[in-house]
Amino acid sequence: MERKLISARCGVINPLSIDDYIKTGGYVALRKALRMERIEILEEISDSKLRGRGGAGFLTSTKMMGLAKESGPMKYIVCNADEGEPGNFKDRFLIENDPHQIIEGMAIIAFATRANHGYIYVRGEYDHAIEVLQWTLLEARKHKFLGNNIMDSDFSFDIELRSGAGSYVCGEEFALIESIEGKPGRTRVKPPFPTSIGLFGKPTLIQNVETLVNIPAILTMGGKAYSKIGMPNCTGTKLISLSGNVKNKGVYEIPFGISIRKVIFELGGGIENNKKLKMVQLGGACGPFIPEYMLDMLIDYERFEEFESKTGAGAIIVVDDRFDLFDLMLRVVRFFEHESCGKCTPCREGHAQLVILLQKFIDKKASMKDLISIESLARVMHQTALCGLGQSSPTAIISTLRYFRDEYIDRCDIWTN
Amino acid sequence: MDLTQLLAQYPHEENRLIDLLLDIQKQKNNHFISEQEIQMVAKHIGVSEAKVCSVISFYTLLSFHPRGRYVIQICRDIPCHINHSASIVGTLEQLLGIQMGQTTQNGLFSLEYSSCLGHCDAPPSMRIDGRTYVHLTPDKVKAIISEYRGRTP
Repeated sequence: MERKLISARCGVINPLSIDDYIKTGGYVALRKALRMERIEILEEISDSKLRGRGGAGFLTSTKMMGLAKESGPMKYIVCNADEGEPGNFKDRFLIENDPHQIIEGMAIIAFATRANHGYIYVRGEYDHAIEVLQWTLLEARKHKFLGNNIMDSDFSFDIELRSGAGSYVCGEEFALIESIEGKPGRTRVKPPFPTSIGLFGKPTLIQNVETLVNIPAILTMGGKAYSKIGMPNCTGTKLISLSGNVKNKGVYEIPFGISIRKVIFELGGGIENNKKLKMVQLGGACGPFIPEYMLDMLIDYERFEEFESKTGAGAIIVVDDRFDLFDLMLRVVRFFEHESCGKCTPCREGHAQLVILLQKFIDKKASMKDLISIESLARVMHQTALCGLGQSSPTAIISTLRYFRDEYIDRCDIWTN
Repeated sequence: MDLTQLLAQYPHEENRLIDLLLDIQKQKNNHFISEQEIQMVAKHIGVSEAKVCSVISFYTLLSFHPRGRYVIQICRDIPCHINHSASIVGTLEQLLGIQMGQTTQNGLFSLEYSSCLGHCDAPPSMRIDGRTYVHLTPDKVKAIISEYRGRTP
């Protein structure tokens, strides 16, 4: 069931050895790219129909074209390694096990879009990943895969490493840009998008770690061949971070189109300690909770879009029936209350109110009016928050109101106003 | 290292402010940024003290208040929670004689909650002084803490 396109080297090679990477086909795609016309590379990516793996699922080629069209002496490529979504650990897995792939992907994109400088922004808590990347950058420079005249071509590009300091919202594009600029990570109003006015006011392309490592794979096999893997409108493979009350927790690479049930029961070996599955949270804290009867749903961005949320980061958190839905939701909402940057009102005030309302349901002191309030507040936040954080954080509530409505009603005192 | 020496290693650029603050904290046993350090950093980078404060208050890993020699961060999110992180919190509180959010009287340990540490494949997890410990059990936590206690002269 697994199909290892981007994780084939993980656990096989020594991640700190550039020789191991080169021996297993590393930097061949970059060599190939440097001999291609820039537009050809963009066409290959476009043919592959690759979509961003950070959560939003935006077409990578559209973003790349956006940057390629911009003129000016400075253009940036940023690798978003600020993985902080609870339940996600696939970017850490990629960095710690096959870091050169990221450098190669960034260099290819930089060449294709005429960008001249790169940043990798890693969350501050990923101490080991930071050490691995520092070493990897040194090695890549020493072997002329970074720096001036890469592989003796006329293309020059280098990458700097930046560490976060404990802030989930910095995974959002503009918050990340603010953070690299040395400021609190508060988002900006869009448009303009980062590809026109981004880091230090210059055109900037931001891509997730997993998206970037797909680039060498696409150039090696060709965009058309890549697009045949997975689903028609959701191509390639996806790394799944499987966690919770499941036997075999870990990262699995599967082609799009495999059902969630198969991932949990075949790859994951089922539920631990013979318990019964109660629900699954998809994507991470900002994703929906779904009941057991929906597990045959296929892993496919088109299918996930139904939830109006960013379920695309690929986490599957399995929860058995010992746990209380409202206790878990309170944890989710408290997480976002803590991580909200405070810039826009729906997110800053909304989460505080959601905590109060959820507490009423936990204490079984909620009224039908509270049920209406929590539903409308969640919708308002989803529609009016400034960035992806506040827009997607109410998904847990919106989805449970749909699939576990009985549990809300059970906790309401219908005689109270 | 002396703060002046440390500052000399950093360019007068605002975009290095977060790195610089993290570095200062790392060098100190009590992992915080003092008022005097805020003044010196602001002067070095060329921004207002208020701006430096806004960065410290925004980021969880930066602190205005003295913390323990070893800051223990425990994940409080769902993947760890449903894998018994509460028993780890209980064990730590009992071992150290403090509550979450406090520092031991000898200044050796601080206990803090953290957002997901990204080790959900091996829960529950905690991070101490730049190292992450996974697959925790009460016994394992006891062994780790006594190892840290043994480190200090």
